Amino acid sequence: MSEKTMEKTAPADGPVSEKALEAEEKAAARQASLLRDGWEILRKRPMFYISAFVIVILLALAIAPGLFTSRSPFSDGFCQLQNSLNPPTSGHMFGYDVQGCDIYTRSVFGTRNSIIVGVVTALATTAIGGLLGIIAGLRGGWVDTILSRVTEVFFALPLIVGALLIMSIVGGGDAWSVSLIMAVLGWPQVFRIMRGEVIANKHNDYVMAAKALGADTTRIAFRHILPNTLAPVIVVTTMNLGVYISAEAALSYLGIGIQHPNISWGLMISDATDRFLTSPHALLFPAAVLSITVLAFIMLGDVVRDAFDPKMR
Amino acid sequence: MGRFVVRRILQAIPVLIGVTFLIFYLVFALKGDPIQALAGEKRADPNVAAMLREQYHLNDPKIVQYWHYISGVFTGDLGTTYTGRPISEIVSERFPVTLKLALTAFGIEAVIGITAGIFAALKKGKFVDNLVLISTLVLISIPVFVLGSVLQLELGVKLDITPVAGIDDGWPTSYILPAFVLASTSMAYIARLTRASMMESIRADYVRTAIAKGLPRRRVIGIHTLRNSLIPVVTFLGMDLGALMGGAIITERLFNLPGIGGQLAKSVYLRERPVVVGLVTLLVLIYLVANLVVDLLYAVLDPRIRYE
Repeated sequence: MSEKTMEKTAPADGPVSEKALEAEEKAAARQASLLRDGWEILRKRPMFYISAFVIVILLALAIAPGLFTSRSPFSDGFCQLQNSLNPPTSGHMFGYDVQGCDIYTRSVFGTRNSIIVGVVTALATTAIGGLLGIIAGLRGGWVDTILSRVTEVFFALPLIVGALLIMSIVGGGDAWSVSLIMAVLGWPQVFRIMRGEVIANKHNDYVMAAKALGADTTRIAFRHILPNTLAPVIVVTTMNLGVYISAEAALSYLGIGIQHPNISWGLMISDATDRFLTSPHALLFPAAVLSITVLAFIMLGDVVRDAFDPKMR
Repeated sequence: MGRFVVRRILQAIPVLIGVTFLIFYLVFALKGDPIQALAGEKRADPNVAAMLREQYHLNDPKIVQYWHYISGVFTGDLGTTYTGRPISEIVSERFPVTLKLALTAFGIEAVIGITAGIFAALKKGKFVDNLVLISTLVLISIPVFVLGSVLQLELGVKLDITPVAGIDDGWPTSYILPAFVLASTSMAYIARLTRASMMESIRADYVRTAIAKGLPRRRVIGIHTLRNSLIPVVTFLGMDLGALMGGAIITERLFNLPGIGGQLAKSVYLRERPVVVGLVTLLVLIYLVANLVVDLLYAVLDPRIRYE
């Protein structure tokens, strides 16, 4: 009710409110310094540089695998059965798998799928969950009730179990379909955090002030509330990167995630399991690459949480 | 208190209906004509198809079909496999294994996790603390199936101190290694949670008062600090019990344990959809009930919780 009267009075003294809006924008920029504070803390942590270094290498591997190996796993004659399960040699430092394919090259080319799944799933869950969280938090009422009930239903379905169910019906496939299915199951987590933050923030003085100055709901949501609620969402998104990469590997390991001929570390590990006792190298090298990747993202999540979570300071 | 319990149980009902409907919709409504699928590439015999449709209520509206499914679930009828064996029979045969595994894992993660967390918190910044921090980071990062395979090779095959797979050696022996692997991630989280929570309450006023009163350190740490800092840990542990039952899929497959999770992994692999649906429904029900019980227990354990 009060919002409507504000909107009506706002155009009456146009220039004043425009100036006020400008000032308000500057204030908003200052308030976003919660993120800048976090960056200052982040810069001083050695863990941040270690994980960032590993992640930069992984990104390079994902974008241009050809820079790291002269072979291509998709070329003719890449796999030679006579090399099956041969141990590492000087030219092939990870050895060969059951099919006689060079494990190093396959590991390099498998990076892209893992990174795609991690990044796409984390970003998609954040976008869906974040947007719905803002809407539910701001609107309240029946919109909030329905969305909250829906998230409760999704929460009752654990990630691996839910993904198992969906993928056993629609089938796995490539990195994109796996990301899509995991995003469908994963967004309620971000939704819950975002909604809680918005509700905690929406009665704050700065929101009231913006309302009094005649800002509309969209503006309040994205210019005022969003910057103040972003920190916990960034934290959980960063931490989820490693979780989703790990989950994709687990699903591929169970044979329902990424499918041949796509390359996935989880799938390589799964293929090597049967002969693990006699030729462990076929399992251990992709497993090591996977573990280092997850470790790097978990470490990044850890330092980002220390830096951005106000409760940790 | 009574009102809180009733309200919490009432709240669980729509979630239950919602999640079973989600499973039902995904499986039975989305994917083509099951009768045609049974017939394979040939065209199904119209008379047989009509009979099967009648038998499996496929001519009824979706909502009636859902009712048949949900009432089946609550009367213990989870459907049958392609070979006609009731899924509830598989469940009753395999459930004890999963339960034993989950409870063993639960015990391991509670004891090791909490102990490590307490020591890390008491020796903040010292060697023990750093050791706990680094080892938990590593445990969280190594995927369960990698950790499991490596331990299987090192402890089971090379050193021969634990069975490699199966449950032939009975409860403690065959279950310890799989339970440890299953517990590993949660154990790391519990250690970190305990550490953070201990460090928070060790600075609290009531701890300072206890020290000022001249109470022995054992009592200050063991009673005053620990009891208060374990509240979030107990919550996590409770929630995790439900997750452990569902999370056993990979561990049971890896160690070839004849439990629910191992069967689920096998059925996924063999594309036995009715079994997958029955078992997933069961796992989700267990998860929901476990969380409900934890919520209720939590209200009993922590007097500060609001009942309204």
